[in-house]
Amino acid sequence: MNSPQSHACEICPVHNAGNLIKLGVNMASWDYVVALAGNPNTGKSTVFNSLTGLRQHTGNWPGKTVTRAEGGFIYADKRYKIVDLPGTYSLLSTSTDEEVARNFILFGQPDVTVIVADATRLERNLNLVLQVLEITNRVVVCLNLIDEARRHRLEINDRLLAKELGVPVVPTAARQGQGIQELLKNISAVATGEFVCKPHRIKSESKALKNALSKLTNMIESRFPGLTNARWVALRLLEGDPRIIEAIKTGELGNLIPATESEFVTSKLDLPENGKFGQRVDSERPAKPLPILH
Amino acid sequence: MNKSPVSSEAILSKANSLRWEIGENYHDSLIDAIYQDAGRIAGRVVTKTGEKPRFDWDRALDKILTSRLTGLPVMLLLLTAVFWITIAGANVPSGMIASLLIDTFHPALKHLAAQIGAPWWLSGFLLDGIYLAGAWVVSVMLPPMAIFFPLFTLLEDFGYLPRVAFNMDNLFRKAGAHGKQALTMSMGYGCNAAGIVATRIIDSPRERLIAIITNNFALCNGRWPTQILIASLFIGALAPAGLAGLVSAGSVLAVTLLGILLTFVTSWALSRTVLKGEASTFSLELPPYRPPRILQTLYTSLIDRTIYVLRRAVVFAVPAGAAIWLLSNIKVAELSLAEHIMNFLNPFGLLLGLNGVVLLAYIIAIPANEIVIPTVLMLTVLSAKLAGFGAGAGVMFELDDANAYMNVFQAGGWTLLTAVNLMLFSLIHNPCSTTIYTIYKETGSAKWTTVSALLPVVMGLVICFFVAQVWRLVG
Repeated sequence: MNSPQSHACEICPVHNAGNLIKLGVNMASWDYVVALAGNPNTGKSTVFNSLTGLRQHTGNWPGKTVTRAEGGFIYADKRYKIVDLPGTYSLLSTSTDEEVARNFILFGQPDVTVIVADATRLERNLNLVLQVLEITNRVVVCLNLIDEARRHRLEINDRLLAKELGVPVVPTAARQGQGIQELLKNISAVATGEFVCKPHRIKSESKALKNALSKLTNMIESRFPGLTNARWVALRLLEGDPRIIEAIKTGELGNLIPATESEFVTSKLDLPENGKFGQRVDSERPAKPLPILH
Repeated sequence: MNKSPVSSEAILSKANSLRWEIGENYHDSLIDAIYQDAGRIAGRVVTKTGEKPRFDWDRALDKILTSRLTGLPVMLLLLTAVFWITIAGANVPSGMIASLLIDTFHPALKHLAAQIGAPWWLSGFLLDGIYLAGAWVVSVMLPPMAIFFPLFTLLEDFGYLPRVAFNMDNLFRKAGAHGKQALTMSMGYGCNAAGIVATRIIDSPRERLIAIITNNFALCNGRWPTQILIASLFIGALAPAGLAGLVSAGSVLAVTLLGILLTFVTSWALSRTVLKGEASTFSLELPPYRPPRILQTLYTSLIDRTIYVLRRAVVFAVPAGAAIWLLSNIKVAELSLAEHIMNFLNPFGLLLGLNGVVLLAYIIAIPANEIVIPTVLMLTVLSAKLAGFGAGAGVMFELDDANAYMNVFQAGGWTLLTAVNLMLFSLIHNPCSTTIYTIYKETGSAKWTTVSALLPVVMGLVICFFVAQVWRLVG
């Protein structure tokens, strides 16, 4: 980006063709599922397009993508299915778009969740990042609009940010195609388990909240041993999230306990397309009917 | 599962009791915690490396585009400019496509059919019914869409739409609706079905239903061509030639604004009757202005919208063309079926300041608004029995210029009132079947789907009726 040469290499089709094959929507089967989350209007759809080669219409207004889009690509001989989630500021409210995003990240168990964050508004974007880090520890943060941040005379120490968050952070300018190769490399590293994230967990809760959470978290962990996001489940239970209550009642949460790496990948490949995966997608059915008013 | 030391029920009841202990401020204190962490991390990693540039474009633009004083006038100017460019720019290419597909290809195909000895009913059904309906839709709709959509998309890319929402937020709140409804309304200008899916950004079910029911008052791309054509034929013609384009654009703008007004009035009425409640607050982010990427915009709006919509229009127009041809050629007691229906509807239509042709066209066009104009033209010729036009019953014919359109309309007994009421009825009538289906999918309620479908058509009939009565009293 700074040196014209590396930039030229990155956007050269020959360079890309070596590693990345854009699949558009032709996905017969896949090795890894990548979820794309982020605040509205951070360029999520642009990142999605540059990974998949699709030309989904992007718009400069928050809330453009309310349904999820899916696409695919091949990188380093692995097939990736990528799901573009609706842009949300948080994952804590009851609106449909937040529910879609929240439930997909939890129940869809994507192998990697890429969070697209707006570098010019980092603080606000971090609110969502921290919430996602409570749900899953397989995350790559895509620090997008880095060119705009520079124009606003903002400098972001992405290495320190990566250290703070415990997950890879990749600065990108997706509109210009900058940083996409680096992003792919990191997605692959997290997907294959080559990079193990140690995600930041929220620390500043009040004492009362901390106590309540730890009591509940302990109970959940002993009911579902090995569950990696018991604290998030506890948070949602305190909120009274009906989807989580249901998952506890039916024992569905037990399905979310990760198997060891090799088992995880092969078992997933053996699945029929509308077998277990169908159930997962079901948990975030896009057209959720409104509660009917009387 | 029963082996585990803690049962699911125990977890749930513990959660319930803890929820009571923590009390109401749980949500706020959690959000507080997240904000604190985020603030701490951001404070450590972000540094300002200097002053912002001397001149802040975003702020300067926002001062004009979102000011109380100039925000709305600038919005109206921009809309007028978009309409005017569309109307002025679409005429020539429309004529060229029509002369190619209709004047040249159609006679050639007919000739070919005659040579290979195809029976009259077969070539009539296929070429006069199906082919001409498709060709009509392409020539009437392609040019305005190919101009309108990219222009609208450029504004969207630039970051203007959230400013529109910002400007109109106050009005929506006064109407008891959600400010984000301005965004779903903007989506409705492309396609109402898309606008209805977009209402998912509204959290409160009450406000979301209001947004769904009123989305139909945003003219969709199936209706823009109707508005633009009728405006330039009837209303533009009232002005001196030099101003015709501007006057037609102005009348389309007037209909658009009426749609916005009806959105407010209906939202207000709903939120005070069946959908009572206060408007909820929300925060709306004004994104930075971004220079639109012109080439990519042209490409995506051509592929995503123009071609998509056009394909849909042709898919619906083809069976409609076939149906019209059959209705016009199956005769019962000397008259064709179409004539019987139109004669039956005509008194009712005249009462509304319309006519039987328009009403029948709107019934045939329930699957897609796009085919209203071609259907109207064809049925008008049929009912007026214009010897000089077309090749027979149920044939969509060639029209070389605006005068030819006018001759057809005049022979069909059209007046300025018919044109005005057609524009009004095009704005205020039932949503197309795709939109109705989308409403059903999104609400999951047959009741609200019925309300959304019937409310506008009843309003449209009432408004047209009143306009017609007043018009006749004054005129």
